[in-house]
Amino acid sequence: MIAISEDVSADTRAPLVDIRGVDKHFGDFQALKGIDLQIERGEVVVVIGPSGSGKSTLCRTINRLETIDAGTIAIDGKPLPQEGRPLAQLRSDVGMVFQSFNLFAHMTILENVTLGPIQVRGLKKQEAEAKAMELLERVGVGHQAGKYPAQLSGGQQQRVAIARSLAMRPKVMLFDEPTSALDPEMINEVLDVMVELGAEGMTMIVVTHEMGFARKAANRVVFMADGEIVEVAGPEEFFTHPRSERARDFLSKILAH
Amino acid sequence: MVFLQGTWGTVKLFGVTLIGSLVLGTVLAAMRVSPTPVLRGAAAAYVNIVRNTPLTLVMFFCVFGLPFLDIRASRDSALNSFVLACVALIAYTSCFVAETLRSGISTIPVGQAEAARAIGLNFGQTLRFVILPQAFRTVIPPLGSVIIAMLKNTSIASAFNNRELISAMRGAIEQRGDITLIVILATAAAYLVLSLVLGRIFDYLEKKWVIVR
Ligand SMILES: Nc1ncnc2c1ncn2[C@@H]1O[C@H](COP(=O)(O)OP(=O)(O)OP(=O)(O)O)[C@@H](O)[C@H]1O
Ligand SMILES: [Mg+2]
Repeated sequence: MIAISEDVSADTRAPLVDIRGVDKHFGDFQALKGIDLQIERGEVVVVIGPSGSGKSTLCRTINRLETIDAGTIAIDGKPLPQEGRPLAQLRSDVGMVFQSFNLFAHMTILENVTLGPIQVRGLKKQEAEAKAMELLERVGVGHQAGKYPAQLSGGQQQRVAIARSLAMRPKVMLFDEPTSALDPEMINEVLDVMVELGAEGMTMIVVTHEMGFARKAANRVVFMADGEIVEVAGPEEFFTHPRSERARDFLSKILAH
Repeated sequence: MVFLQGTWGTVKLFGVTLIGSLVLGTVLAAMRVSPTPVLRGAAAAYVNIVRNTPLTLVMFFCVFGLPFLDIRASRDSALNSFVLACVALIAYTSCFVAETLRSGISTIPVGQAEAARAIGLNFGQTLRFVILPQAFRTVIPPLGSVIIAMLKNTSIASAFNNRELISAMRGAIEQRGDITLIVILATAAAYLVLSLVLGRIFDYLEKKWVIVR
């Protein structure tokens, strides 16, 4: 097993991800309303909520794929920088796994995983490839290293995407509905990798409706609706005794089918 | 013999222009999608002006206009004509290369650039390693048309003191007026062969570089 999170943080008391008073507008529409959320090192936070509630937007603001209109976001004590080199540096410390995998279509699996380490971290090709192979083995797709993304199943592609993020040795990983584009029989192979990651101490923010995952891996569940955080609770407590009316309503809907 | 020299002249113009316009066209396309408004604006202005000017006029500008600005490529008159013709052809063709590439860039799913940025690549690296390689592959057929058009456009250089196929043809007709038609057909055949070879190369690249999503 190889170490996956590099802890060289200056101040270990501050939350790893510190979101305060964040607003986000798309034109007239306010997608995030005064979001406050602190995430500690090694914590796994599941974000849940109805469609359009701002879960993806929140995820994307954390590595500044989306800019914010008000408030502050700090990673490991450092506020998100403006566009440019420091931002690229910060993004390399924040892994992101997308619903649609987004593997680089023209590159082999191995090239997908080594691009960042070589170009951003300055690793030698050989070294990067050795590390990448370790990660690919670990997520169970080592024998596919020479193939192209389109030749893999969705579940395999998503595991490669996780390996690609891990190859940067991120401090925190963001997952935006990582299993909702997958066929049901492939969901667990991806969730298993994520559960293991959490157990090894990776700090994770996971947007998902997979309750099994939340129960098994999450320290906290954050329930969002209409751009606001409505409720934060432990997974057991949230799923069995949701405090808010909206959470009860939402849970009854997703449990209905 | 004259024809071989003429064909070589055309191939030289073509080769230099090909490399130059691919390089400049890629730079222009990158500028057009850059986050810096000044670069975007400058590239858009350049492309829209030059693309909408007849090539003959661009060549007049380079061959007769630039010397007025005290810009001369070489003391050697033949080399000077060659370089200036290449400059005109590159200036003109790069606009079409840029527009073709830009249309290719717009077909690449946004998730590709987001994933690249998410692992910490900056704008230039994202373009270089993720976006442009995919864009080039998707635009090979239209890029082939641009380049074959450019091959034929090299003929305009004949009017500006360059030795290539058309000037060779004119020389041949002056000497052997009795076989004018044959000379013209032979010239057309030479262009046809060059174009067919190019077409083959592009077909090959298209198959080799196909991206399955
Ligand atoms: N780029 C954008 N431009 C305009 N509106 C946007 C944009 N991105 C998101 N929105 C809007 O912001 C709101 C929140 O979107 P977001 O994608 O964060 O929701 P979500 O909670 O992730 O929903 P889902 O479960 O459907 O993924 C939605 O109403 C959406 O229409
Ligand atoms: Mg979403």
